[in-house]
Amino acid sequence: MAGLTRSDVEHVAYLARLRLTDEELVRLEGQLNHILDQYAKLAELDTSAIPPTAQTIEIENILREDVAAASLPVEAVLRNAKLTEGDFIVVPPILGGDA
Amino acid sequence: MAADLTRLLGHELAGRLRTGEVSSRDLTLAHLEVAERQNHALNAWLVIEREKALAEADAADARLAAARAEGRGALDALHPLLGLPIALKDLVSVAGGQCTAGSRILEGYVAPYDAHVTERLRDAGAVILGKTNMDEFAMGSSNEWSAYGPVSNPWNLDMVPGGSSGGSAAAVAAFHAPFGIGTDTGGSIRQPAALSGIVGLKPTYGRVSRYGIVAFASSLDQIGPLARDSRDAAALLHAVAGRDDRDSTSAPVPVPDGLLHLPGSDDEAAGWLRGKRLGLPREYFVKGMEPGVEARIREAVANLEAAGATIEEVSLAHTDYGLATYYIVVPAEASANLARYDGVRYGHSVRLPGGDFIADYLATRGEGFGPEVKRRIMLGTYALSAGYYDAFYLKAQKVRTLIKRDFDEVFGSGIDALVAPTSPSVAFKFGARTADPVAMYLSDACTLPANMAGIAGVSVPCGLSEGLPVGLQFIGAPWSELELLRFGRGYEAITADAPWRTMEPAQLALADDPAGPTPVERAAALVAA
Repeated sequence: MAGLTRSDVEHVAYLARLRLTDEELVRLEGQLNHILDQYAKLAELDTSAIPPTAQTIEIENILREDVAAASLPVEAVLRNAKLTEGDFIVVPPILGGDA
Repeated sequence: MAADLTRLLGHELAGRLRTGEVSSRDLTLAHLEVAERQNHALNAWLVIEREKALAEADAADARLAAARAEGRGALDALHPLLGLPIALKDLVSVAGGQCTAGSRILEGYVAPYDAHVTERLRDAGAVILGKTNMDEFAMGSSNEWSAYGPVSNPWNLDMVPGGSSGGSAAAVAAFHAPFGIGTDTGGSIRQPAALSGIVGLKPTYGRVSRYGIVAFASSLDQIGPLARDSRDAAALLHAVAGRDDRDSTSAPVPVPDGLLHLPGSDDEAAGWLRGKRLGLPREYFVKGMEPGVEARIREAVANLEAAGATIEEVSLAHTDYGLATYYIVVPAEASANLARYDGVRYGHSVRLPGGDFIADYLATRGEGFGPEVKRRIMLGTYALSAGYYDAFYLKAQKVRTLIKRDFDEVFGSGIDALVAPTSPSVAFKFGARTADPVAMYLSDACTLPANMAGIAGVSVPCGLSEGLPVGLQFIGAPWSELELLRFGRGYEAITADAPWRTMEPAQLALADDPAGPTPVERAAALVAA
């Protein structure tokens, strides 16, 4: 039985930037532990000498010519942003304080 | 007349367009009419773009007229998809149109550019009817995780069509379009194709460029065709496959022209099966497989053998580890991909007073994502977090190597393809698996190994169990799509006279009732019962 506690779930939710309701936290605690229990099956396999696979089709060094090309028009890029100013997207302040 | 047109296959419609018997406008109108009439009952479409589709149909008619004036050679040079309606899963970008990926977080988003597959479909001259419903961010096996409501299976309106490409599968099965585009990360094309009684192919990883597709799990996602027979699936794959500089994982591997020339003759298609070696993986006859499904698969295998194929039992020893491996790798990749939804540049956005940007992210994402997406982001974030990376993610990637080696060995031994069930069950009722994530994940037990190994698989209909369609899966080595579709075509040929071949989805007529319950109402009634 995996041992993810309520506070572990809250911590992971914060890392994942998900605000969850109490109801969601309760449900996820049970479900995540149940799913993690299924993962235990992998411990049956000795993989100490097995290399990991991150990409299945071995294509390497795919390069393209480094040439300038047209990008999307500014209006097209800004169209989906909630807050804009001139040719810019207004982002939340990330450096804190009144700076 | 209008109803008849929707019953024709893509290659049959293409023939009539070339003789001038019908116009693209006529057949586009016929398909639009059925789609608009039945969407109340099926909820397969998130948007139907009638005006744009008719403009594309008129452009196709103009290309046909010009080619006809020029002569036979010009007509033959036209792509088989020219003028034919297609349904796109709502995670394919079409410039100026919506692209929700089935999520609230992308409600109102307008795609600024065309996806690669959209460009290729435009070049071919296909007519895009609209965008189809799907599980949110393609996470799901029943289409019940769509933020825009579930989709009904045309065979039984109280049941799911499978997922995540459930809208495209239902639309093609219900004759709203002869062609559909889906994506398959663990079975999301093949499983809904099986549950809806149509053909669905997951190409080799790298076969089709993902440029302009909403990303889910990037080392597995592939785009592929849904259709009502193997020839149409092949023609659609031909239209969208091939190298694209904008997706560095798309492979510089030639796309075979044979995809456009699958045999029309049943004798030729059946004859191709003679002497082929098919592997029957014993691990795919899993615990919990429905007896009716197993019976149809065994009958199909016997038919293939009677047609001259050799059947050899083979072992893919690590199959049982696929599910756990998949549900580590996929949530990990998804949690990283979905980090981009921050409410700043696009999509649902909450800006709280006080200027605390982390509070804004928490609120935006907490409101914007649905339950399955949150579950997978949580799993992935946990599996990648400090102290757990080696135990979960790295371990899963190593087991992935073992799963891939199983396939390499089988195909290295001269087996032409594997034959197996697509799904351990037929379609199930709304609500049957939503409360138990692991039960839902088991829906993909027979399809996800091909994604883990990056290889190709196709599902073709092979009869009914309890009145619902069963899917037969052929799995092949990398770049074997043409061979897989020849197996599919061969199987269609040897079962051409089977009574189920000509049966239409049993409850399709119910979907015509404008006063009948919607899938949301059906699902609510079943949960209450």
